[in-house]
Amino acid sequence: MAELNATTAANDVLVSFRGVQKSYDGETLIVKDLNLDIRKGEFLTLLGPSGSGKTTSLMMLAGFETPTHGEILLAGRSINNVPPHKRDIGMVFQNYALFPHMTVAENLAFPLSVRGFAKPDVAERVKRALSMVQLEAFAGRYPAQLSGGQQQRVALARALVFEPQLVLMDEPLGALDKQLREHMQMEIKHIHERLGVTVVYVTHDQGEALTMSDRVAVFHQGEIQQIAPPRELYESPRNTFVAHFIGENNRLSGHLLSRDGERCLVNLPRGERVEALAVNVGQPGEPVSLSIRPERVRLNGASESCPNRFSGRVAEFIYLGDHVRIRLEVCGQTDFFVKQPIAELDPALTVGDVVPLGWHVEHVRALDPLAVE
Amino acid sequence: MNPYLSPIERVWFYTLRILCALVLLFLVLPVLVIVPLSFNSGTFLVYPLQGFSLRWYQDFFTSAEWVRALTNSMIVAPVATLLAMVFGTLAAIGLTRGEFRGKALVMSLVISPMVVPVVIVGVASYLFFAPLGLGNSYLSLILVHAVLGVPFVIITVSATLQGFNYNLVRAAASLGAPPLTAFFRVTLPLIAPGVISGALFAFATSFDEVVVTLFLAGPEQATLPRQMFSGIRENLSPTIAAAATLLIAFSVVLLLVLEWLRGRSEKLRTAAPQ
Ligand SMILES: Nc1ncnc2c1ncn2[C@@H]1O[C@H](COP(=O)(O)OP(=O)(O)OP(=O)(O)O)[C@@H](O)[C@H]1O
Ligand SMILES: [Mg+2]
Repeated sequence: MAELNATTAANDVLVSFRGVQKSYDGETLIVKDLNLDIRKGEFLTLLGPSGSGKTTSLMMLAGFETPTHGEILLAGRSINNVPPHKRDIGMVFQNYALFPHMTVAENLAFPLSVRGFAKPDVAERVKRALSMVQLEAFAGRYPAQLSGGQQQRVALARALVFEPQLVLMDEPLGALDKQLREHMQMEIKHIHERLGVTVVYVTHDQGEALTMSDRVAVFHQGEIQQIAPPRELYESPRNTFVAHFIGENNRLSGHLLSRDGERCLVNLPRGERVEALAVNVGQPGEPVSLSIRPERVRLNGASESCPNRFSGRVAEFIYLGDHVRIRLEVCGQTDFFVKQPIAELDPALTVGDVVPLGWHVEHVRALDPLAVE
Repeated sequence: MNPYLSPIERVWFYTLRILCALVLLFLVLPVLVIVPLSFNSGTFLVYPLQGFSLRWYQDFFTSAEWVRALTNSMIVAPVATLLAMVFGTLAAIGLTRGEFRGKALVMSLVISPMVVPVVIVGVASYLFFAPLGLGNSYLSLILVHAVLGVPFVIITVSATLQGFNYNLVRAAASLGAPPLTAFFRVTLPLIAPGVISGALFAFATSFDEVVVTLFLAGPEQATLPRQMFSGIRENLSPTIAAAATLLIAFSVVLLLVLEWLRGRSEKLRTAAPQ
């Protein structure tokens, strides 16, 4: 039974990186020991700051870079020695890379004609791909005669028209303005759901990663810090880097006092004690970093039920329409933020007030101390 | 003209234009002088003209030597151009895309035929081919003309490749195109303006080349310029003027056609999305 499960799981995996390393100069590793299984049909996003090795990993998968070490498997077969044009992987480039000397229809026909499809078949598929991205009327235009969003759609259609099992996208929406980007995010998401194709998507926009993905792999300095569904990533970051890269977090530094299974006690520099979830901590006496989401902090009466209760001095209000961010001085930390929905805001609160505040144990995570930002 | 100019500026405005016209005249006059002479009915290659006649053209097309020279030129120049185009384009791509030690050295080597005095190329190629029994042969002539044309192709194609988006080639590969298909369907159409300009220069180089031809061509392989060269020394007949006029006309037509071709593909290339 266990064996059966193992094989179905293996069949579900489309791509695996096994101990993949990459170095361009033979000294520094841009990608350090990448181990990653990508499931059939999933939308996986590689998210990370600039220079973290996302594009490099994608290029190794596409076949434009070769791993210095390790192996990449596609549908169970090693593709280390398979050239890009034989991998059957669609790709959307950041600047679209549409062929400027071909019309939209010719661009879409290209992958089909190099595969030797018959003419009527090509025409039929091109038509279907164009209607998928609602560009039927633009078949005869050259790329230069299209807007950025339309070019983006053509690039998308071209990467999908030959029905590859896997599509890679490297910051495909980076050049679009915010509104168009959000529109295209939904469009790509819907196409993914409709076609059931596996997508590996690269971005450094966390909002994009959270809204589109089934799973997100957070990259930092050539390593995956955490790979999880968006919600888990946001609510249960495994280390300080992820906690601060995804969304906003208040950080309090202290030392571990004691640990009791899931929970631990942390001593802050001025002597306050915080009870927290022990997620990523060492031995008592070692430094830890506490991480609390601004929306999880309770103010005034709402904080009465919290085991961690302190007081804060209001320093600033930042009005954001549907909610207010309040900057407070808490436990010696001057940039401690609390997020309050407008409906819950106490109108009497003014700058300089000292208010009680608190948070529940399950909302404060004790993580590794982060040396540098 | 701008109505707010001072008198001095007005004078300068006209002086500049007259100077430009004079420079242009200076450039084309030697070429144009020969044209009326080819239609002259007199037997001497001198002004003033004596009357209109096409006899020198008739002479040109009925003389075995001139026809052979024309034929030779029409064989040597296109073949040499084709070779220069192929090798020059390949070299340009390798030298632009590739990263290897001694790249600068290789670059200066392949460019050198353009810089080295032609006489030296002529002597050297004669000394190289003669012992091989290829002293008077089409093969050696075509090869050396191709070598002379290669640098032009390399320079123009390299310039075009500077602005080439290599991601297009990657895109072609990701779409399933093997390297050769990607080259012919994506790279080549986009660098065509550079290839065509280079080919034009290579053709012109071969078409009016005399020095190397003097060393490598026997009477059998004499090209038009070579024939004109000996014509000048042996019997100065106005047939030379007719030959020259034909050369000029041909060059102008070639230039116009290639310029039109180049402009067309240039439009496609610069229509690239930003
Ligand atoms: N061809 C190359 N030669 C040498 N170094 C390279 C090359 N390509 C990338 N690098 C280096 O590898 C590191 C990771 O680059 P990569 O492009 O993978 O980052 P990224 O995560 O995609 O960043 P971004 O979000 O800025 O696109 C960078 O430090 C970069 O300088
Ligand atoms: Mg990148």
